[in-house]
Order: sequence, then C-alpha cells, then structure tokens
Amino acid sequence: MLLADARALCPQLAAVPADPAGDLALLEKLALWAQRWGPWSALDPPDGLLVDTTGAAHLWGGEERLLADVAAACAARGLTARAALAPTAGAAWALAHFGPPAAILGPGDDPLRLLGGLPVAALRLDDDVLAVLRRLGVKRLSDLAGVSGEGDYPAAQAAARDALARRFRNRRSPAANPLIRLDQLLSRVPEPLLPVIARPMPMAQRRLIEPIRHRDLLDRVVSDLALDMVRTLEARGEGARRLELGLWRVDGEVLLRRIELAAATREASHITRLFAARLDDVAAGFGIEAVQLRASWSEPLSLSQADLDAAAEQHGTGLAACIDRLSVRLGPKAITRPVARASHIPERAQGWQAPLEPVPPSQGLLAFHTRPLKLLDRAERIAVLYASPDGYPQRFRWRGKLREVVRVEGPERIAPEWWRERSTARLRDYYRIEDATGRRYWIYRQGIAGDGRGGVPDWFLHGLYA
Amino acid sequence: MSSHLSFARALSRARHESRWRPGLADQPFHSEIFASGDEASAAGLALALARDALTSQGEGGAEEDARHVLWVQDRKAMQLGGRPCVQGLPPDLRHRLIHVAAATPEDALFALEEGLKCRDFACVIGEIAGNPRALTFTTSRRLSLTAERHGVRLWLVRLDAAPDLSSARMRWQARAAPSPPPRWNPTAPGTATWHAELFRARRHAPGEWMLSDENGHLHLRPEPDKRAAAAPDFGDLVRPTVGRSLAARARA
Repeated sequence: MLLADARALCPQLAAVPADPAGDLALLEKLALWAQRWGPWSALDPPDGLLVDTTGAAHLWGGEERLLADVAAACAARGLTARAALAPTAGAAWALAHFGPPAAILGPGDDPLRLLGGLPVAALRLDDDVLAVLRRLGVKRLSDLAGVSGEGDYPAAQAAARDALARRFRNRRSPAANPLIRLDQLLSRVPEPLLPVIARPMPMAQRRLIEPIRHRDLLDRVVSDLALDMVRTLEARGEGARRLELGLWRVDGEVLLRRIELAAATREASHITRLFAARLDDVAAGFGIEAVQLRASWSEPLSLSQADLDAAAEQHGTGLAACIDRLSVRLGPKAITRPVARASHIPERAQGWQAPLEPVPPSQGLLAFHTRPLKLLDRAERIAVLYASPDGYPQRFRWRGKLREVVRVEGPERIAPEWWRERSTARLRDYYRIEDATGRRYWIYRQGIAGDGRGGVPDWFLHGLYA
Repeated sequence: MSSHLSFARALSRARHESRWRPGLADQPFHSEIFASGDEASAAGLALALARDALTSQGEGGAEEDARHVLWVQDRKAMQLGGRPCVQGLPPDLRHRLIHVAAATPEDALFALEEGLKCRDFACVIGEIAGNPRALTFTTSRRLSLTAERHGVRLWLVRLDAAPDLSSARMRWQARAAPSPPPRWNPTAPGTATWHAELFRARRHAPGEWMLSDENGHLHLRPEPDKRAAAAPDFGDLVRPTVGRSLAARARA
C-alpha cells in the first residue's frame, strides 16, 4: 500500500523513514550484547540473532531459565523478542519464527517429528523457492520428511530425494535449495556462522582530582592522553584517522572536539599540536573534571624505524602533517587537488578532491586543446562593441577597460551535454584571443544567432592564459 | 685560514653575477612578482621561474619530480584571477599540485608558512591580492627566514598591489607582452611571453627582460625590434616556389 493511500484511510498515521543501515548497526550492537548468553553470536539480518549457547545453559540453571532470562532482558530494554533453543541453528530459527514461544528442542528429540507441523517457510528459503514448493504441494515440513532418508522404505525415499535433487540441481545456495536447508536443520551438513567480534575503540582517559580551569594544565593533560593513545595504537599496529576529544565539565556539560587526519598517524606531538589549535574556544566554566580521547577511525599502520638521522627529524614536516595542520585551521574543504573529470564543458572537466586520495585514471588530453592557466569561477560577461564579420569580437569591454583584439584562434565548439542539461542549453564557441598589449584570454559566445534557443548570443570571458 | 676565506669570497663573488639571466644556479628562496589582476602573467611567470629553478637545481633527479607543489590563493585573488585549471598547467605539474583556498590573507600567510616548513613540497606559490594589513615587513621577513631555513622556494604573486616594504630577495614587475607568431598559424596567439622587470634584487642589478617558458626552461626572447633586424623576412615561403625553386630565390 502506498503511503498516500494509507494516510487517506488513517490520517493520524505517523510515518518514519526506513533506516536499514541504522537497523544493521543496532543489530550488530545487539549481537555483541547477546554474547552474555554464549561465547559466539552471529547476525541474521534483517532482524535475527544466533547465539551459540553450547555448554553455557547451566550457568542460568537450565535451558528454560536461560530462555526466561533472554525474554526478561529483552523486555527490560524495550525489545520484543521470540527466543528458541535447538541443537542446530536451522531448527532454532524455525522454532523462533514459527514455533510456540520459548520452545526448546532437546538433543535427544526427533526434529522431523516435532517440527513436522511447521510450514516450509521455516526452512529459511527464498520466496521463489517457496512458490515452487507450494506449486509442488509441499506445504509442511512433514511433507519433506519422506525425503529425509530416515524411514521404513529407504529405497523409495532415496528415489523421492533424487527427484527433488534433480529439480533443484542448479541451486547451489542453501537459501535456494530445500534439501540443503533440510540437511542443515537435521545437522547432517555443517552450517558455518560468521561470528561478531567486538573491536574496542582505542581510548585513553584521565579523571582529574581537581577540576582544571587553566589552559596550560589542559594542554598537559591532552599531551599525556596523546602519549597514551599512541601507545595503545602502537600495540594494535594502527594509526588514527579521526580523533575525538571529550571534555567533561563539573556542571555536566560535555565539550567535544574532533579532528580528522589526512593519513594514519601515530605521532603524539602532532596530535597535541592539532588539538591545541582547536582548544582555543573551550569555556572551562567551573572546571573540567574528566578528559577522554578516542580514535573513532583508525587504519593499519605498520611499525616503522624512527629516523636515524636526527637532522631529518628536525627538518620540516611531512606532507600529511602539513595538510593536517592546514585543514585544522582552514577547514577540511580548503585543501584540495585538481583532477581531470570526463567532460568537455570546461568547468565540469575539472574536479577537486582531497589531496592525498589516489588520482582516478583519466583520458589523456588532446594536445591542440590549449586550455588557460586559470579559469574564473564564473564566466564574466563582456560587452562586445564591434564584432568582425567572421564572428569574433574586435573590441570588447571587460572590467571597465576597453580591449582591442589583435590575434584570434577559434572557434572551438563545445556542445552542451544533452544527457545532463535542459534542451534549451546553448552551445559555446570558444576563442583564444590576444589583445594589443599581449594579454591572452579565453572567451566564448553562448549560442549562435538563429539557433532558436534565445535571442542575440552573449559573450563571456572564461579563462586567463599565462 | 685567510687563504680559505679569500678563496670563498672569490668564489662567492664569481657566483654573484651582477646581471641576472635565466638558469642561474643560486635562485633566491623568496621572490615577489607584482602584476595586474586582469592577467595571469604573474602566475605564469612564477610557474616558469619555479620550473626553471627546479630543472636547473636538480639535474635529472627522478625523485624531484614526485614532490608536490603548493599553490595558495586568498579569496580576493580567486575572485580576480580564478583558480588554476588542471588542463592548462604545465604537464609535469598537473598531477602534483595541491591547492589551498584561504578565506583571508591571514589564513593564506599561515598556509604559506606551513607549506614552507614542509620538506615534501618542491616549491610554494602564493597569490595575494592587494596590500592586506596582515602582509607587513615582519611577515615577509618571517616568510624569507622560513624559506631559507627549510630550503623550500617561495614565489609570492601580488595582484593589483603597490610594492610596499618587503624582505623578498628578488622583486619583479610582470606584464604580458605580445607573443611571437606561431609557425603554422600566424594569426593565433603564440607561446606566452612576459615582460619582466627586476626592480629590486639583493645580488643582481635591476633590468628588464622578455621571458617565455620552453619545456621547463626560461627562455630569453630578444626585443621585438632587434629580432626583426636579426631575422630577414622571407615573406611567405610557399607562393614564390610556383615558378622558381626556393634555392634559386635564395641565391638571387
């Protein structure tokens, strides 16, 4: 049903946009939290969790008590949960989704007999496979019991299983093949799970006995934290890309300062220096009682030999450190590098990207396309006083000065990109010109007279040659 | 001891030629180029001087070419002259340019100083429009000292600025000059040529030159009238060969 139709039926409806990425992040957090009931847990997107509780149930005093604890813990956090316990992940999934609440399948039970009443959807199959099975008349798990190979007539069962295997012979994925799913449920085929492993964020913090109110003390604390952070990162073989500094004030206020680094770094003095530039506007109030430094984004950075040559260490900074210092003061958007993009329109043929990112491969330039050294951000309109019969201006006025055109090369016609612009966009005829004093410009005429896309074409100055 | 000193002095005197010419070994670390904001000749001359210094400094150093070039502009300079265009840059600089768009002259000066401190930059080019209050003699002296200490060269382009107090070692006044006609299309603009006037230098006498950039080397162009006298004008070489051969015409 469309949202508009639903609103027509029920005007009080509250609509919330879907957030699949946020849901997955929440599920990951839940999977880590669910490791309280077993050493391993795995995601079952979009809304399930698998926990391996082998040998852990006695800690809660039995499997029933364990399931009761799960229900209570989820209810305490406002989560609606259906839990089930079984020897295999497939059986537990089937029971949790289609079985009675808090169902437990013991290790000695016959799964086919106990789960026979569940629909075939309990096998975790894709929708199209379910449709095929429905057309074949297979509706419940008990209908598939005849192909399980455990029965009174092994020969007939093997023939039936063979027929089903031939039907799904092209389906290699477990979710598309009911026989594989059935074998997984009966634990005849191993089903590896991808466990979720917690990866704690590198963190260093200081709780201060006396709240600090002065800048030099704060600088000292930050440099201590940077040293701790560097040690933590070094043990993990990583370097920080993003660092967050949290300052807890006595009155409960939390101040957050965040810096991003151009390359992974593990240099305490560099980190301290970058934060020193961001701490100028901190209002300490009645004092800061706790300071925490976290590396919320870190990248592998191998241990390297420190410079043996003392002069090389003292002499100047590295490129990444220089870019960090510039971007902390000027903002991350200010430091860029120009890269060529696939377009003929001059302002689109050039993009700006972060300086240390790899340059994307691009097509080579044509040698006869002479481009100006500098391109104006917006092409400036020029007033053409007298145009020669060939089409280019002989005399024009730009920025209040009259210029006499002496030499011309052109036109170079650049058509609008019809796949991107409106159909009324006009083409451009570019001319390289040189005026009487030797100044070289790149001008263009937008459109041609009589192209049916506007009146008399305008002239613009777009670039300056060296 | 004294002989060593006098030898060094003689050497330094020999190295300090009074008349500047392109391709000198000891290029200054801090130069200023003044030009009008309506033309890109100052930026072009700065790039040409930088490439000339880089090629004459490191003879065939492959690792020299990997270093980046920092180009700092303040907002007014970007409004006046636009930003660098990657397709219009010299081919050896296209992939190693890092551009800093500073909002104020103070930020631009900070970026220049940080860039000079970085050992991974081949050179630093700055563009500052007008005479901002932040750019005093003290600031320019800071820039000179930083550049000399870290060995990174700085070319500071001053657009629409009056030549006020500065500690730059060489100060140029640049303007565009009519270019020589290209070989195959005499009506088209030719290779960029600048009229450069060295009006203040520590080691060289002031002078004026017509300069152009040819494959990374500064090229000294003769004055137009001299060139006309030196090179005889054969006119159009195609038409007279209809009746007589070119050799016969040259003999005649």
